[in-house]
Amino acid sequence: MAAQRAARTNDEADHPSSPVLQFGPDKPLKLDAGTFLAPFQIAYQTYGTLNDARSNAILVCHALTGDQHVANTNPVTGKPGWWEVLIGPGKIIDTNRFFVICSNVVGGCLGSTGPASTNPTTGKPYGLDLPIITIRDMVRAQTMLIDHFGIEKLFCVLGGSMGGMQVLEWAASHSERVFCVLPIATGARHSSQNIAFHEVGRQAVMADPEWHGGKYLDFGKRPEKGLAVARMAAHITYLSEAALHRKFGRNLQDREALTFGFDADFQIESYLRHQGMTFVDRFDANSYLYLTRAMDYFDLAADHGGRLADAFAGTKTRFCLVSFTSDWLFPTEESRSIVHALNAAGASVSFVEIETDRGHDAFLLDEPELFAAINGFIASAARARGLSL
Amino acid sequence: MSVNRAQRVDLEVVTDLIPANSRVLDVGSGDGLLLELLQETKQVDGRGLELSQRGVNECVARGLSVVQGDADKDLEFYPDKGFDFVVLSQTLQATRNPKLVLDELLRIGNRAIVSFPNFGHWRVRFSLLVKGRMPVTKDLPYSWYDTPNIHFCTIRDFVNLCEELGATVEKATALDANGQKIGLSMPWWFWNFFGQQAVFLLRR
Repeated sequence: MAAQRAARTNDEADHPSSPVLQFGPDKPLKLDAGTFLAPFQIAYQTYGTLNDARSNAILVCHALTGDQHVANTNPVTGKPGWWEVLIGPGKIIDTNRFFVICSNVVGGCLGSTGPASTNPTTGKPYGLDLPIITIRDMVRAQTMLIDHFGIEKLFCVLGGSMGGMQVLEWAASHSERVFCVLPIATGARHSSQNIAFHEVGRQAVMADPEWHGGKYLDFGKRPEKGLAVARMAAHITYLSEAALHRKFGRNLQDREALTFGFDADFQIESYLRHQGMTFVDRFDANSYLYLTRAMDYFDLAADHGGRLADAFAGTKTRFCLVSFTSDWLFPTEESRSIVHALNAAGASVSFVEIETDRGHDAFLLDEPELFAAINGFIASAARARGLSL
Repeated sequence: MSVNRAQRVDLEVVTDLIPANSRVLDVGSGDGLLLELLQETKQVDGRGLELSQRGVNECVARGLSVVQGDADKDLEFYPDKGFDFVVLSQTLQATRNPKLVLDELLRIGNRAIVSFPNFGHWRVRFSLLVKGRMPVTKDLPYSWYDTPNIHFCTIRDFVNLCEELGATVEKATALDANGQKIGLSMPWWFWNFFGQQAVFLLRR
């Protein structure tokens, strides 16, 4: 079962279940690393119908380990789309009204060009031969996808965490192409602590002998142990101390007493091991390296002479930022500093902090206050944009 | 701050001072009543700054552009003359540093509109003078130990502060206990005695 899923994941890299947009050598993707990626492809999903004025399009940006399957059953895991609580017919982001697009990021592993994709010059997977991808590169690729649909201006771009970074990048570099943005549980730069956690994850992957210097796919192997450890460490950062305690406490796993060994005595250990194991079936280890790097490199202020407000100078885009009280990966202060910059830039901005103990992952969950904020913001922006309700 | 009848009247007075299509920042926007009123009647480009998270979330859910923040700390991030009007409605007395806040309002807005409860009103004076107790009234419903209002002033005090900050009073209105405007011809002492609320339009 797990092996089948892993094989499926390998397969999705070149031949995804999603529609694919291919760009030939004549349309290379310009990369921040100073090179070009060509040919390359973008795998994407869409929901709803683009209206005649092409004004009702919403782009959803996925997080580090997310994918384009935002509102449909995931072809690899068989689970519901990762934001189906929010997006769908009659939902807060109503696909009867809006044309929703979600694409796999460049550097990902579910069909957009990434390290697991076949390098056309060698006929083998890219591995570490793929240039480093940045958040800006991901967004540049998304603009090419939007061009393909003939959409001049998106109604909204939204996303959480790494998705939120892409949203901010859209607002900073392509503000004339987006009417409103919703960056959730994110930051304008990756903090030192966050880079530290990512480095632990990457070192775990690279320490796995099955990683083979990044060429594991050539040997028909996968560094599952290393990637699982990376996922376990990262997963802790997505939750909160309070939520972990509430859910697991010091409860023992299927046993009455401590075993005086290194089995998963505690429920939390068993839970994390499960999280690690299921993750490796659906994700490519090198892709994990590339995407964590992209987040580490993100620093919007640095891209604009060190002053964050300059990233948003003269913007007409409407902003709504959301943070969560128990998120220690992207604490409220990160959002607040973006709000201060937006205020300095004279931008139209809303900002809500939502009280919850569910940590960073709260953005993916059924949080009524989050939904109320998104609903109010989208509805008012839609009125201002002249989109009929 | 709880919204009551007299306060709604002060919102109307504030609204009357603002021309259509202005850029407005409402500092201490509460549940968004004034912003909503201004958007509906004056089609303003309105923004809010509000301390209470509950107030902010309610505003955003109703489609208003409001951010969570503190008038004492967060005004410094707004650019000079970024707004036509900055409104501080029934909030001055709850700030830690009213002088600094007023100074910031005058920097951020071409005009500042400030409304506040007048601590020189005769009922307040009566309560202290005769009962010897801190006043608790319909409009100031808090006891001294749980009030968010830490910097009360009278209309006269406020006029002095404006002078100190080099602000010009373009217009001032006092409202009596029934929310009625007190005649313009009346002298300051009369306003200071019978005005329960005051609304000032300032510029610098």
